[in-house]
Amino acid sequence: MAAPKASLHLVAPVWNGGTRGIGGLSRVVAPEGNQKKGRSLLQFLADRFYDVEALRDHLLRKRVSKVHQKNRFQGREWIRPNQRGHFSLDFLKLQAVPVEAVDASGCAINYQGLDSLLALKELQSLWLQRCPHVDDWCLSRLHPLASSLQELSLAGCPRVSERGLACLHHLWNLRRLDISDLPAVSSPGLTRILVEEMLPSCEVLGADWAQGLKLGPEEQPRDTAGPIPA
Amino acid sequence: MLRRTLLLGLCRGPLGRGLGTHRGGSILGKVEGRGGYRGSWMAPSSSSVTFRTQDPAHDVKTVGRLGGGDRDGKMSEIKKKIQSILPGGDWNPLYDTSHLPPESSDVVIVGGGVLGLSVAYWLKKLEKPRGAIRVLVVERDHTYSRASTVLSVGGIRQQFSVPENVQLSLFSIDFLRNINEYLAVADDPPLDIQFNPSGYLLLASEKGAAIMENNVKVQRQEGAKVCLMSPEQLRNKFPWINTEGVALASYGMEHEGWFDPWCLLQGLRRKVQSMGVLFCHGEVTRFMSSSNLMKTASGEEVNLKRIHEVHVKIDQSLEYQPVECAIVINAAGAWSGQVAELAGIGKGPPGTLQGTKLPVELRKRYVYLWHCPQGPGLETPFVIDPSGTYFRREGLGHNYLGGCSPTEEEEPDPGNLEVDHDFFQDRVWPPLAQRVPAFETLKVRSAWAGYYDYNTFDQNGVVGPHPLVINMYFATGFSGHGLQQAPAVGRAVAEMVLEGHFQTINLSSFLFSRFYSGEKVQEHNII
Repeated sequence: MAAPKASLHLVAPVWNGGTRGIGGLSRVVAPEGNQKKGRSLLQFLADRFYDVEALRDHLLRKRVSKVHQKNRFQGREWIRPNQRGHFSLDFLKLQAVPVEAVDASGCAINYQGLDSLLALKELQSLWLQRCPHVDDWCLSRLHPLASSLQELSLAGCPRVSERGLACLHHLWNLRRLDISDLPAVSSPGLTRILVEEMLPSCEVLGADWAQGLKLGPEEQPRDTAGPIPA
Repeated sequence: MLRRTLLLGLCRGPLGRGLGTHRGGSILGKVEGRGGYRGSWMAPSSSSVTFRTQDPAHDVKTVGRLGGGDRDGKMSEIKKKIQSILPGGDWNPLYDTSHLPPESSDVVIVGGGVLGLSVAYWLKKLEKPRGAIRVLVVERDHTYSRASTVLSVGGIRQQFSVPENVQLSLFSIDFLRNINEYLAVADDPPLDIQFNPSGYLLLASEKGAAIMENNVKVQRQEGAKVCLMSPEQLRNKFPWINTEGVALASYGMEHEGWFDPWCLLQGLRRKVQSMGVLFCHGEVTRFMSSSNLMKTASGEEVNLKRIHEVHVKIDQSLEYQPVECAIVINAAGAWSGQVAELAGIGKGPPGTLQGTKLPVELRKRYVYLWHCPQGPGLETPFVIDPSGTYFRREGLGHNYLGGCSPTEEEEPDPGNLEVDHDFFQDRVWPPLAQRVPAFETLKVRSAWAGYYDYNTFDQNGVVGPHPLVINMYFATGFSGHGLQQAPAVGRAVAEMVLEGHFQTINLSSFLFSRFYSGEKVQEHNII
């Protein structure tokens, strides 16, 4: 936790002396160092002066990446970009055609970006594999697709946890759900069982429920050479 | 002058640490381990045993120490001494005041819970220019053992009957979603408030169905995503509910759920400390104020008071520090009524504005945690029964948290935080078991009690300045929904302090003057 620091202005009153009174220096507290060796000069200064900390804050914000909406809308056949990454202009003729499936795998789509997807009233299949910004908040937005969505894939999304999976029960038409390989879920086996109970008519692909279970003492492999296991 | 001070520290440093008593004018050095003593007039309780020599001019090499005294140890002591003298250090030539608050502070916030810290955060965020305002937060319990924030069940909903409450909750959930943009501190890990977006399910009987429909209309107008369900739809969606006696249900689809209040509190604390807010571990015992007799436009005389000093008593000590202040913010939660009395609010003939007290009281509420293996599944929202009983899931292991607000007659004594388990047997379990038949077999695992800062007037918050004590602002009285509105209320109070009026959400109906004029802003959906 950052300790209270002196601001650049406070250096001056120390030398003004007398009239500040006895308590004049009392607001300045010794910094508790986090004694990392080899810290950069900027970090060192930021620990001591509020103005430098504000500068670091500003630089941090500028470095936060802007998320692009890189959705590719598909029609009856998959519409993919050509080798140079461009979509053909025939795509524009298909504006009246309802979109059935969206493959946004690996796409940097986030909470605001889902606005575009939620407008698709006949979406049947949504693939959000390995999307780095899809989290529990995004999952809570999917309920408008409940009447049409039949297939959802969240495999490999690093920010989805079991709390977000709880709000998938709005999607009563869901037939196939892929929740494998979610690193933020605390107990994948148990979560899969609970999701299966929550969505009875849905086929859930997830972690094996036996994963993470420890073998009991009777089932330990007997090693004839070694000592008897405890 | 810097060099002279450095030399002073260097020479006196090693001597000053070992010798605790007053010697020939040098009264340097801290007395470690004692809270209330200024300086070293008494025998020291320093960590190392030292032998005194006859001649104090001897340097430290002739003073023996048990179990130490090598050169590296001395060098690090000298380094520490220099560090404490440089700006940022707490070296004081006369006595140690590092535990005291500053002598003056522009804003003093009484209470370091989520509301107080939220006001501090927004004051520092909205101030122009940056660093203009000095803010001091006074909190008497740094473990937060009795604070309402951390004992809260942590829910957030937009299903209120008053439109301002809906707006406050909508902004707060937006704040929570983007918490790592608002409360980011360089080099610190991002916050995870563990938000469960499962929504709230409010059930209404025949009597309350019309009011519920009205409320949902208001909520939808403000932008909340709430849907109404009939008993049959309810049975389809949640087969574990017994819909007997339920005429209508309102279900929040988005932006509702529960989260970890401790994480929000620590995140706010960390961020406001990095923004330069000062903290003091102490209790406000007195306000020194001055009054002015003024005439209003219509000619009647009014006694306007202004607090110009706050006496902060240090914890477990008789020592206090008078802090000169320009503005005082009362965010003391359940104890706000006592703080307001200190400022003289309510001392006057009853029925007048001077005689109107702040109607915020301590009310004790119980929360029980039980385990029920056949209970509702992962989709369980935060369910609120028409009888006032509520419950929600906790974690993956079929554990549930819940409770019930007692009626006025059976209010428990708020003197302590002891839990009454009979209350669960008599008042909480029967309606639960009736509503969810699976809860007939459950086992209570644990329970705790916390305080509501209960507004006895209309169960809604008090925000804004007092009409007579013109520099005391309130941010309290939310009667159980303070945590979920804290970010938005903090911003509103900061706007009031900095600009003089509400800018984003208009909370003029939540001002103190409604207690005198009698205009209730009654919130019906209080649990």
